[in-house]
Amino acid sequence: MRYLVSVIDDKSNPGSTDRQPAISAFNERLMAEGYWVFAGGLADTDAATVVDNRGEQAVFSDGPFVESKEYLAGVWVWEAPDLDVALKLATEASRACDRKVEVRPFNE
Amino acid sequence: MSDVEAAITRAHHDEWARVVAALARRFGDLDVAEEAAAEAFATAVERWPADGVPPNPGAWLTTTANHKAIDRIRRENKRDDKHKEARMLRDDTPPELLGGIDDDRLRLIFTCSHPALAMEARVALTLRMVGGLKVPEIARAFLVRETAMERRITRAKAKIKAAGVPYRVPAAEDLPARVSGVLAVLFLVFNEGYLATGPDTDPVRHDLTAEAIRLTRLIRALLPRDGEVAGLLALMLLTEARRTARVSANGELVALDEQDRGAWDAALIAEGHRLVRERLAAAAAGDAPGRYQILAAINAVHTSAPDIRDTDWSQILALYDQLVRLDPSPIIALNRAIAVAEVDGPQVALAAVDPLEQTLADYHAYHATRADLLRRLGRSLQSRAAYDRAIALAGNTAETAYLTRRRDQLR
Repeated sequence: MRYLVSVIDDKSNPGSTDRQPAISAFNERLMAEGYWVFAGGLADTDAATVVDNRGEQAVFSDGPFVESKEYLAGVWVWEAPDLDVALKLATEASRACDRKVEVRPFNE
Repeated sequence: MSDVEAAITRAHHDEWARVVAALARRFGDLDVAEEAAAEAFATAVERWPADGVPPNPGAWLTTTANHKAIDRIRRENKRDDKHKEARMLRDDTPPELLGGIDDDRLRLIFTCSHPALAMEARVALTLRMVGGLKVPEIARAFLVRETAMERRITRAKAKIKAAGVPYRVPAAEDLPARVSGVLAVLFLVFNEGYLATGPDTDPVRHDLTAEAIRLTRLIRALLPRDGEVAGLLALMLLTEARRTARVSANGELVALDEQDRGAWDAALIAEGHRLVRERLAAAAAGDAPGRYQILAAINAVHTSAPDIRDTDWSQILALYDQLVRLDPSPIIALNRAIAVAEVDGPQVALAAVDPLEQTLADYHAYHATRADLLRRLGRSLQSRAAYDRAIALAGNTAETAYLTRRRDQLR
Protein backbone atom coordinates (compact mmCIF):
# COMPACT_ATOMS: atom_id res chain seq x y z
CA MET A 1 0.00 0.00 0.00
CA ARG A 2 1.05 3.57 -0.55
CA TYR A 3 1.06 6.09 2.29
CA LEU A 4 1.44 9.85 2.42
CA VAL A 5 3.44 10.86 5.47
CA SER A 6 2.99 14.53 6.30
CA VAL A 7 5.46 16.30 8.53
CA ILE A 8 3.65 18.72 10.82
CA ASP A 9 5.45 21.64 12.38
CA ASP A 10 4.16 24.10 14.94
CA LYS A 11 4.85 27.84 14.54
CA SER A 12 4.71 28.49 18.27
CA ASN A 13 6.87 25.48 19.13
CA PRO A 14 8.97 24.59 16.07
CA GLY A 15 11.07 21.43 15.86
CA SER A 16 14.84 21.76 15.82
CA THR A 17 16.61 22.95 12.63
CA ASP A 18 19.62 20.63 12.73
CA ARG A 19 17.80 17.49 11.60
CA GLN A 20 19.07 17.23 8.02
CA PRO A 21 21.80 14.62 8.69
CA ALA A 22 19.36 12.39 10.59
CA ILE A 23 16.70 12.76 7.88
CA SER A 24 19.21 11.97 5.11
CA ALA A 25 20.36 8.85 6.93
CA PHE A 26 16.75 7.78 7.41
CA ASN A 27 15.98 8.41 3.71
CA GLU A 28 18.91 6.25 2.67
CA ARG A 29 17.56 3.44 4.80
CA LEU A 30 14.05 3.87 3.29
CA MET A 31 15.62 3.48 -0.16
CA ALA A 32 17.78 0.52 0.80
CA GLU A 33 14.78 -1.31 2.27
CA GLY A 34 12.47 -0.51 -0.63
CA TYR A 35 9.95 1.78 1.10
CA TRP A 36 11.01 5.08 -0.46
CA VAL A 37 8.84 6.59 -3.20
CA PHE A 38 9.28 10.30 -2.71
CA ALA A 39 10.37 12.85 -0.12
CA GLY A 40 10.54 16.62 0.00
CA GLY A 41 10.79 19.46 2.48
CA LEU A 42 8.58 22.49 1.84
CA ALA A 43 9.44 26.19 1.87
CA ASP A 44 7.69 28.43 4.39
CA THR A 45 3.88 28.78 4.07
CA ASP A 46 4.47 32.48 3.22
CA ALA A 47 5.76 31.28 -0.15
CA ALA A 48 2.44 29.59 -1.00
CA THR A 49 -0.07 30.86 -3.56
CA VAL A 50 -3.63 29.57 -3.83
CA VAL A 51 -5.19 29.44 -7.29
CA ASP A 52 -8.96 29.17 -7.80
CA ASN A 53 -10.17 28.89 -11.39
CA ARG A 54 -13.60 27.39 -10.74
CA GLY A 55 -15.39 30.64 -11.61
CA GLU A 56 -15.28 33.17 -14.46
CA GLN A 57 -11.59 33.87 -14.13
CA ALA A 58 -8.66 32.63 -12.16
CA VAL A 59 -8.13 34.17 -8.74
CA PHE A 60 -4.67 34.13 -7.16
CA SER A 61 -4.25 34.71 -3.49
CA ASP A 62 -1.10 35.05 -1.46
CA GLY A 63 -0.42 32.60 1.37
CA PRO A 64 -1.62 29.11 2.35
CA PHE A 65 -5.27 27.96 1.94
CA VAL A 66 -5.65 27.89 5.67
CA GLU A 67 -3.72 29.95 8.22
CA SER A 68 -2.97 27.82 11.24
CA LYS A 69 -0.50 27.39 14.04
CA GLU A 70 0.32 23.92 12.74
CA TYR A 71 1.30 23.54 9.13
CA LEU A 72 2.69 21.07 6.61
CA ALA A 73 6.47 21.25 6.60
CA GLY A 74 7.26 18.35 4.28
CA VAL A 75 6.05 15.05 2.89
CA TRP A 76 7.15 11.50 2.28
CA VAL A 77 5.46 8.92 0.13
CA TRP A 78 6.15 5.34 1.15
CA GLU A 79 5.26 1.97 -0.24
CA ALA A 80 4.68 -0.41 2.69
CA PRO A 81 2.96 -3.79 2.97
CA ASP A 82 0.58 -2.66 5.73
CA LEU A 83 -0.17 -0.02 8.36
CA ASP A 84 1.92 -1.70 11.05
CA VAL A 85 5.03 -1.34 8.88
CA ALA A 86 4.10 2.26 7.99
CA LEU A 87 3.54 3.17 11.65
CA LYS A 88 6.83 1.64 12.69
CA LEU A 89 8.66 3.68 10.04
CA ALA A 90 6.68 6.79 11.01
CA THR A 91 7.78 6.33 14.62
CA GLU A 92 11.39 6.55 13.45
CA ALA A 93 10.58 9.37 11.01
CA SER A 94 9.11 11.53 13.76
CA ARG A 95 12.26 11.05 15.82
CA ALA A 96 14.54 11.72 12.83
CA CYS A 97 12.87 15.00 11.85
CA ASP A 98 11.89 16.03 15.40
CA ARG A 99 8.29 16.74 14.36
CA LYS A 100 4.87 15.11 14.42
CA VAL A 101 3.97 13.11 11.35
CA GLU A 102 0.59 12.03 9.97
CA VAL A 103 0.27 8.71 8.14
CA ARG A 104 -2.53 8.60 5.59
CA PRO A 105 -3.20 5.90 3.00
CA PHE A 106 -3.73 6.69 -0.66
CA ASN A 107 -6.96 5.39 -2.16
CA GLU A 108 -6.16 2.06 -3.76
CA MET B 1 -35.26 -21.80 28.34
CA SER B 2 -35.73 -24.83 26.07
CA ASP B 3 -32.82 -27.15 25.31
CA VAL B 4 -32.53 -25.74 21.79
CA GLU B 5 -32.50 -22.14 23.03
CA ALA B 6 -29.83 -23.07 25.55
CA ALA B 7 -27.79 -24.74 22.78
CA ILE B 8 -28.05 -21.61 20.63
CA THR B 9 -26.99 -19.35 23.50
CA ARG B 10 -24.08 -21.66 24.27
CA ALA B 11 -23.05 -21.82 20.61
CA HIS B 12 -23.17 -18.02 20.44
CA HIS B 13 -20.89 -17.76 23.47
CA ASP B 14 -18.48 -20.46 22.34
CA GLU B 15 -18.45 -20.05 18.58
CA TRP B 16 -19.21 -16.44 17.58
CA ALA B 17 -15.61 -15.17 17.73
CA ARG B 18 -14.30 -18.33 16.06
CA VAL B 19 -16.78 -18.02 13.16
CA VAL B 20 -16.12 -14.30 12.62
CA ALA B 21 -12.36 -14.78 12.89
CA ALA B 22 -12.25 -17.66 10.40
CA LEU B 23 -14.41 -15.76 7.90
CA ALA B 24 -12.39 -12.58 8.28
CA ARG B 25 -9.28 -14.55 7.37
CA ARG B 26 -10.88 -16.39 4.46
CA PHE B 27 -12.64 -13.39 2.91
CA GLY B 28 -10.33 -10.64 4.08
CA ASP B 29 -13.17 -8.36 5.11
CA LEU B 30 -14.60 -7.68 8.56
CA ASP B 31 -17.96 -6.52 7.18
CA VAL B 32 -18.50 -9.70 5.25
CA ALA B 33 -17.42 -11.78 8.25
CA GLU B 34 -19.69 -10.00 10.72
CA GLU B 35 -22.75 -10.06 8.52
CA ALA B 36 -22.35 -13.68 7.47
CA ALA B 37 -21.83 -14.79 11.07
CA ALA B 38 -24.97 -12.92 12.15
CA GLU B 39 -26.95 -14.53 9.31
CA ALA B 40 -25.68 -17.99 10.24
CA PHE B 41 -26.85 -17.56 13.84
CA ALA B 42 -30.22 -16.24 12.64
CA THR B 43 -30.53 -19.35 10.47
CA ALA B 44 -29.74 -21.52 13.49
CA VAL B 45 -32.53 -19.83 15.46
CA GLU B 46 -34.88 -20.60 12.58
CA ARG B 47 -33.82 -24.16 11.85
CA TRP B 48 -32.56 -25.84 15.00
CA PRO B 49 -35.96 -26.00 16.77
CA ALA B 50 -37.36 -28.01 13.83
CA ASP B 51 -34.25 -29.85 12.55
CA GLY B 52 -32.62 -30.43 15.93
CA VAL B 53 -29.25 -29.16 17.17
CA PRO B 54 -26.48 -30.38 14.83
CA PRO B 55 -23.91 -32.74 16.38
CA ASN B 56 -21.13 -30.17 15.87
CA PRO B 57 -22.73 -26.72 16.18
CA GLY B 58 -19.46 -24.88 15.54
CA ALA B 59 -18.81 -26.66 12.25
CA TRP B 60 -22.45 -26.17 11.20
CA LEU B 61 -22.27 -22.44 11.93
CA THR B 62 -18.94 -21.99 10.11
CA THR B 63 -20.18 -23.84 7.03
CA THR B 64 -23.46 -21.92 7.00
CA ALA B 65 -21.67 -18.59 7.47
CA ASN B 66 -19.24 -19.45 4.65
CA HIS B 67 -22.18 -20.03 2.29
CA LYS B 68 -23.80 -16.76 3.35
CA ALA B 69 -20.55 -14.88 2.73
CA ILE B 70 -20.10 -16.41 -0.73
CA ASP B 71 -23.72 -15.53 -1.58
CA ARG B 72 -23.16 -11.97 -0.51
CA ILE B 73 -19.94 -11.56 -2.46
CA ARG B 74 -21.63 -12.99 -5.60
CA ARG B 75 -24.57 -10.61 -5.18
CA GLU B 76 -22.24 -7.64 -4.82
CA ASN B 77 -20.09 -8.65 -7.77
CA LYS B 78 -23.17 -8.86 -9.94
CA ARG B 79 -24.37 -5.47 -8.79
CA ASP B 80 -21.03 -3.81 -9.31
CA ASP B 81 -18.70 -5.14 -11.98
CA LYS B 82 -15.90 -2.98 -10.76
CA HIS B 83 -16.16 -4.45 -7.27
CA LYS B 84 -12.69 -5.49 -6.35
CA GLU B 85 -12.30 -8.69 -4.47
CA ALA B 86 -12.40 -7.90 -0.80
CA ARG B 87 -8.90 -8.06 0.53
CA MET B 88 -7.71 -7.41 3.99
CA LEU B 89 -4.00 -7.64 4.40
CA ARG B 90 -3.11 -10.80 6.13
CA ASP B 91 -0.08 -12.71 7.04
CA ASP B 92 -0.43 -16.45 7.38
CA THR B 93 2.97 -17.12 8.87
CA PRO B 94 2.35 -18.59 12.31
CA PRO B 95 3.21 -16.17 15.11
CA GLU B 96 6.49 -16.74 16.91
CA LEU B 97 6.82 -16.89 20.68
CA LEU B 98 3.28 -18.11 21.23
CA GLY B 99 4.17 -21.75 21.54
CA GLY B 100 2.79 -22.41 18.10
CA ILE B 101 -0.68 -21.21 19.03
CA ASP B 102 -2.26 -20.05 15.81
CA ASP B 103 -5.83 -19.10 16.35
CA ASP B 104 -7.70 -16.74 14.06
CA ARG B 105 -9.38 -15.29 17.14
CA LEU B 106 -6.04 -13.78 18.19
CA ARG B 107 -5.76 -12.01 14.83
CA LEU B 108 -9.29 -10.71 15.30
CA ILE B 109 -8.59 -9.47 18.84
CA PHE B 110 -5.41 -7.64 17.84
CA THR B 111 -7.05 -6.09 14.79
CA CYS B 112 -10.03 -4.83 16.79
CA SER B 113 -7.81 -3.20 19.41
CA HIS B 114 -5.30 -1.75 16.95
CA PRO B 115 -3.59 1.40 18.29
CA ALA B 116 -4.49 3.33 15.11
CA LEU B 117 -8.15 3.22 16.23
CA ALA B 118 -9.61 5.55 18.87
CA MET B 119 -10.09 3.88 22.26
CA GLU B 120 -13.90 4.06 22.10
CA ALA B 121 -13.82 2.47 18.64
CA ARG B 122 -11.57 -0.33 19.91
CA VAL B 123 -13.97 -1.05 22.75
CA ALA B 124 -17.03 -1.07 20.49
CA LEU B 125 -15.37 -3.16 17.79
CA THR B 126 -14.04 -5.71 20.29
CA LEU B 127 -17.46 -6.14 21.91
CA ARG B 128 -19.12 -6.53 18.49
CA MET B 129 -16.63 -8.67 16.58
CA VAL B 130 -15.08 -10.72 19.38
CA GLY B 131 -17.81 -10.60 22.03
CA GLY B 132 -20.71 -10.93 19.61
CA LEU B 133 -22.78 -8.26 21.37
CA LYS B 134 -25.39 -6.64 19.17
CA VAL B 135 -25.03 -2.97 18.33
CA PRO B 136 -28.07 -1.89 20.45
CA GLU B 137 -26.58 -3.73 23.45
CA ILE B 138 -23.23 -1.96 23.07
CA ALA B 139 -25.00 1.38 22.57
CA ARG B 140 -26.97 0.85 25.80
CA ALA B 141 -23.85 -0.17 27.68
CA PHE B 142 -22.12 3.09 26.84
CA LEU B 143 -25.22 5.32 26.90
CA VAL B 144 -24.81 6.21 23.25
CA ARG B 145 -27.53 6.31 20.62
CA GLU B 146 -27.76 3.20 18.46
CA THR B 147 -27.14 5.16 15.26
CA ALA B 148 -24.03 6.77 16.78
CA MET B 149 -22.70 3.39 17.90
CA GLU B 150 -23.42 1.90 14.47
CA ARG B 151 -21.48 4.77 12.90
CA ARG B 152 -18.58 4.30 15.29
CA ILE B 153 -18.27 0.63 14.37
CA THR B 154 -18.70 1.26 10.64
CA ARG B 155 -16.02 3.98 10.68
CA ALA B 156 -13.61 1.72 12.53
CA LYS B 157 -14.10 -1.09 10.02
CA ALA B 158 -13.68 1.37 7.13
CA LYS B 159 -10.41 2.66 8.58
CA ILE B 160 -9.09 -0.87 9.02
CA LYS B 161 -9.75 -1.50 5.35
CA ALA B 162 -8.61 1.84 3.92
CA ALA B 163 -5.47 2.25 6.04
CA GLY B 164 -4.28 -1.32 5.67
CA VAL B 165 -4.47 -2.47 9.30
CA PRO B 166 -3.15 -6.04 9.00
CA TYR B 167 -5.07 -9.12 10.14
CA ARG B 168 -2.17 -10.50 12.05
CA VAL B 169 -0.71 -11.35 15.43
CA PRO B 170 1.95 -8.67 16.03
CA ALA B 171 5.64 -9.45 15.75
CA ALA B 172 7.32 -10.72 18.92
CA GLU B 173 9.01 -7.39 19.71
CA ASP B 174 5.68 -5.52 19.50
CA LEU B 175 3.67 -8.14 21.37
CA PRO B 176 3.93 -6.80 24.96
CA ALA B 177 2.75 -3.32 23.96
CA ARG B 178 -0.06 -4.70 21.79
CA VAL B 179 -1.25 -7.16 24.45
CA SER B 180 -1.28 -4.29 26.90
CA GLY B 181 -3.51 -2.38 24.46
CA VAL B 182 -5.94 -5.32 24.31
CA LEU B 183 -5.99 -5.56 28.11
CA ALA B 184 -6.69 -1.82 28.41
CA VAL B 185 -9.81 -2.30 26.26
CA LEU B 186 -11.03 -5.17 28.44
CA PHE B 187 -10.24 -3.36 31.69
CA LEU B 188 -12.23 -0.37 30.47
CA VAL B 189 -15.23 -2.60 29.69
CA PHE B 190 -14.92 -4.22 33.12
CA ASN B 191 -14.66 -0.90 34.97
CA GLU B 192 -17.63 0.55 33.17
CA GLY B 193 -19.59 -2.47 34.37
CA TYR B 194 -18.18 -2.37 37.87
CA LEU B 195 -18.70 1.31 38.50
CA ALA B 196 -21.31 2.24 35.94
CA THR B 197 -21.83 5.96 35.43
CA GLY B 198 -25.07 7.81 34.78
CA PRO B 199 -27.93 8.88 37.02
CA ASP B 200 -30.39 6.29 35.66
CA THR B 201 -27.94 3.42 35.35
CA ASP B 202 -27.78 0.38 37.59
CA PRO B 203 -24.78 0.83 39.88
CA VAL B 204 -23.24 -2.45 38.75
CA ARG B 205 -23.68 -3.69 35.19
CA HIS B 206 -23.13 -7.40 35.52
CA ASP B 207 -23.49 -7.91 31.76
CA LEU B 208 -20.37 -5.82 31.15
CA THR B 209 -18.23 -7.29 33.95
CA ALA B 210 -19.20 -10.80 32.83
CA GLU B 211 -18.36 -10.05 29.21
CA ALA B 212 -14.99 -8.54 30.15
CA ILE B 213 -14.16 -11.63 32.22
CA ARG B 214 -15.27 -13.97 29.44
CA LEU B 215 -13.07 -12.23 26.87
CA THR B 216 -10.11 -12.08 29.26
CA ARG B 217 -10.50 -15.84 29.86
CA LEU B 218 -10.41 -16.31 26.09
CA ILE B 219 -7.18 -14.31 25.79
CA ARG B 220 -5.76 -16.23 28.75
CA ALA B 221 -6.51 -19.49 26.91
CA LEU B 222 -4.80 -18.11 23.79
CA LEU B 223 -1.79 -16.55 25.58
CA PRO B 224 -1.36 -18.76 28.66
CA ARG B 225 2.19 -17.63 29.33
CA ASP B 226 1.50 -13.88 29.44
CA GLY B 227 1.76 -12.66 33.05
CA GLU B 228 -0.27 -9.50 32.59
CA VAL B 229 -3.16 -11.44 31.03
CA ALA B 230 -3.18 -13.71 34.10
CA GLY B 231 -2.89 -10.63 36.32
CA LEU B 232 -5.84 -8.85 34.73
CA LEU B 233 -7.98 -11.98 34.89
CA ALA B 234 -7.13 -12.41 38.59
CA LEU B 235 -7.85 -8.73 39.25
CA MET B 236 -11.25 -9.00 37.57
CA LEU B 237 -12.17 -12.23 39.38
CA LEU B 238 -11.20 -10.90 42.81
CA THR B 239 -13.17 -7.71 42.16
CA GLU B 240 -16.18 -9.52 40.71
CA ALA B 241 -16.19 -11.86 43.74
CA ARG B 242 -17.21 -8.92 45.94
CA ARG B 243 -19.91 -7.66 43.57
CA THR B 244 -23.00 -8.68 45.53
CA ALA B 245 -21.54 -7.47 48.84
CA ARG B 246 -20.66 -4.12 47.34
CA VAL B 247 -24.16 -2.66 46.93
CA SER B 248 -26.72 -2.81 49.78
CA ALA B 249 -30.37 -3.79 49.41
CA ASN B 250 -31.33 -0.10 49.22
CA GLY B 251 -28.82 0.63 46.46
CA GLU B 252 -26.01 2.13 48.49
CA LEU B 253 -22.34 1.39 47.91
CA VAL B 254 -20.87 -0.65 50.75
CA ALA B 255 -17.21 0.19 51.38
CA LEU B 256 -14.70 -2.60 51.86
CA ASP B 257 -14.62 -2.17 55.67
CA GLU B 258 -18.40 -2.61 55.95
CA GLN B 259 -18.90 -5.49 53.51
CA ASP B 260 -20.32 -8.85 54.57
CA ARG B 261 -17.33 -11.00 53.67
CA GLY B 262 -19.46 -14.13 53.91
CA ALA B 263 -21.30 -12.89 50.80
CA TRP B 264 -18.12 -12.88 48.72
CA ASP B 265 -17.95 -15.53 45.99
CA ALA B 266 -15.53 -18.14 47.36
CA ALA B 267 -15.06 -19.93 44.02
CA LEU B 268 -14.04 -16.74 42.19
CA ILE B 269 -11.69 -15.82 45.04
CA ALA B 270 -10.09 -19.27 44.97
CA GLU B 271 -9.56 -19.00 41.21
CA GLY B 272 -8.15 -15.48 41.56
CA HIS B 273 -5.79 -16.56 44.34
CA ARG B 274 -4.57 -19.49 42.23
CA LEU B 275 -3.65 -17.09 39.43
CA VAL B 276 -1.91 -14.69 41.81
CA ARG B 277 0.11 -17.55 43.30
CA GLU B 278 1.11 -18.62 39.80
CA ARG B 279 2.36 -15.09 39.09
CA LEU B 280 4.14 -14.80 42.46
CA ALA B 281 6.06 -17.96 41.58
CA ALA B 282 6.95 -16.45 38.20
CA ALA B 283 8.06 -13.21 39.89
CA ALA B 284 10.24 -15.20 42.28
CA ALA B 285 11.82 -16.80 39.21
CA GLY B 286 12.72 -13.35 37.88
CA ASP B 287 9.71 -12.44 35.72
CA ALA B 288 9.03 -8.84 36.83
CA PRO B 289 5.31 -8.25 37.40
CA GLY B 290 3.36 -5.56 35.52
CA ARG B 291 0.66 -3.32 36.92
CA TYR B 292 -2.26 -5.75 36.57
CA GLN B 293 -0.33 -8.43 38.44
CA ILE B 294 0.45 -6.03 41.27
CA LEU B 295 -3.16 -4.80 41.43
CA ALA B 296 -4.28 -8.44 41.53
CA ALA B 297 -1.85 -9.13 44.39
CA ILE B 298 -3.28 -6.17 46.33
CA ASN B 299 -6.77 -7.58 45.85
CA ALA B 300 -5.53 -11.01 46.91
CA VAL B 301 -4.34 -9.53 50.22
CA HIS B 302 -7.76 -7.92 50.78
CA THR B 303 -9.66 -11.09 49.93
CA SER B 304 -7.40 -13.22 52.16
CA ALA B 305 -8.55 -11.37 55.28
CA PRO B 306 -11.60 -12.98 56.92
CA ASP B 307 -12.21 -9.66 58.69
CA ILE B 308 -11.17 -6.09 57.79
CA ARG B 309 -9.06 -6.06 61.01
CA ASP B 310 -7.05 -9.00 59.67
CA THR B 311 -5.95 -7.03 56.59
CA ASP B 312 -2.18 -7.01 56.12
CA TRP B 313 -1.91 -3.29 55.35
CA SER B 314 1.88 -3.18 55.37
CA GLN B 315 1.88 -5.83 52.66
CA ILE B 316 -0.61 -3.73 50.67
CA LEU B 317 1.52 -0.62 51.15
CA ALA B 318 4.61 -2.49 49.94
CA LEU B 319 2.71 -3.55 46.80
CA TYR B 320 1.58 0.04 46.19
CA ASP B 321 5.18 1.20 46.54
CA GLN B 322 6.09 -1.29 43.83
CA LEU B 323 3.17 -0.08 41.68
CA VAL B 324 4.12 3.60 42.05
CA ARG B 325 7.54 2.81 40.63
CA LEU B 326 5.88 1.29 37.53
CA ASP B 327 3.08 3.81 37.19
CA PRO B 328 3.65 7.15 38.94
CA SER B 329 0.13 8.39 38.11
CA PRO B 330 -1.78 10.52 40.65
CA ILE B 331 -4.60 7.95 40.87
CA ILE B 332 -2.19 5.24 42.02
CA ALA B 333 -0.71 7.73 44.50
CA LEU B 334 -4.24 8.40 45.81
CA ASN B 335 -4.96 4.70 46.33
CA ARG B 336 -1.58 4.25 47.98
CA ALA B 337 -2.51 6.98 50.47
CA ILE B 338 -5.47 4.87 51.65
CA ALA B 339 -2.99 2.16 52.66
CA VAL B 340 -0.72 4.80 54.21
CA ALA B 341 -3.61 5.89 56.45
CA GLU B 342 -3.87 2.35 57.83
CA VAL B 343 -0.13 1.93 58.38
CA ASP B 344 1.02 5.45 59.40
CA GLY B 345 -2.27 7.15 60.32
CA PRO B 346 -4.59 9.65 58.61
CA GLN B 347 -2.32 12.66 59.20
CA VAL B 348 0.53 11.19 57.16
CA ALA B 349 -1.95 10.04 54.51
CA LEU B 350 -3.49 13.49 54.21
CA ALA B 351 -0.05 14.99 53.64
CA ALA B 352 0.36 12.52 50.76
CA VAL B 353 -3.08 13.29 49.32
CA ASP B 354 -3.11 17.12 49.42
CA PRO B 355 -0.42 17.63 46.73
CA LEU B 356 -2.63 15.69 44.28
CA GLU B 357 -5.22 18.46 44.26
CA GLN B 358 -3.80 20.08 41.15
CA THR B 359 -4.34 17.03 38.91
CA LEU B 360 -7.28 15.36 40.68
CA ALA B 361 -9.46 18.37 41.58
CA ASP B 362 -12.27 17.06 39.34
CA TYR B 363 -12.04 13.43 40.42
CA HIS B 364 -14.68 12.42 42.97
CA ALA B 365 -12.47 9.78 44.63
CA TYR B 366 -9.87 12.42 45.49
CA HIS B 367 -12.45 14.38 47.48
CA ALA B 368 -14.01 11.23 48.96
CA THR B 369 -10.60 10.08 50.20
CA ARG B 370 -9.82 13.48 51.70
CA ALA B 371 -13.27 13.62 53.30
CA ASP B 372 -12.67 10.28 55.01
CA LEU B 373 -9.19 11.27 56.24
CA LEU B 374 -10.45 14.63 57.55
CA ARG B 375 -13.33 12.85 59.31
CA ARG B 376 -10.88 10.51 61.04
CA LEU B 377 -8.84 13.53 62.14
CA GLY B 378 -11.98 15.12 63.64
CA ARG B 379 -11.92 18.02 61.17
CA SER B 380 -15.67 17.80 60.49
CA LEU B 381 -16.18 21.13 58.75
CA GLN B 382 -13.49 20.47 56.16
CA SER B 383 -14.63 16.89 55.85
CA ARG B 384 -18.18 18.01 55.08
CA ALA B 385 -16.94 20.36 52.34
CA ALA B 386 -14.91 17.53 50.81
CA TYR B 387 -17.95 15.18 50.90
CA ASP B 388 -20.03 17.87 49.18
CA ARG B 389 -17.47 18.12 46.43
CA ALA B 390 -17.25 14.31 46.06
CA ILE B 391 -21.05 13.98 45.87
CA ALA B 392 -21.26 16.66 43.20
CA LEU B 393 -18.66 14.85 41.08
CA ALA B 394 -19.63 11.17 41.60
CA GLY B 395 -21.48 9.67 38.64
CA ASN B 396 -22.47 6.35 40.18
CA THR B 397 -25.81 6.23 41.99
CA ALA B 398 -24.70 3.81 44.72
CA GLU B 399 -21.61 5.84 45.42
CA THR B 400 -23.59 9.08 45.69
CA ALA B 401 -25.92 7.42 48.22
CA TYR B 402 -22.96 6.15 50.26
CA LEU B 403 -21.16 9.51 50.30
CA THR B 404 -24.37 11.30 51.27
CA ARG B 405 -24.89 9.00 54.26
CA ARG B 406 -21.28 9.40 55.41
CA ARG B 407 -21.57 13.18 55.16
CA ASP B 408 -24.83 13.23 57.07
CA GLN B 409 -23.29 11.12 59.86
CA LEU B 410 -20.65 13.79 60.54
CA ARG B 411 -20.99 15.50 63.86
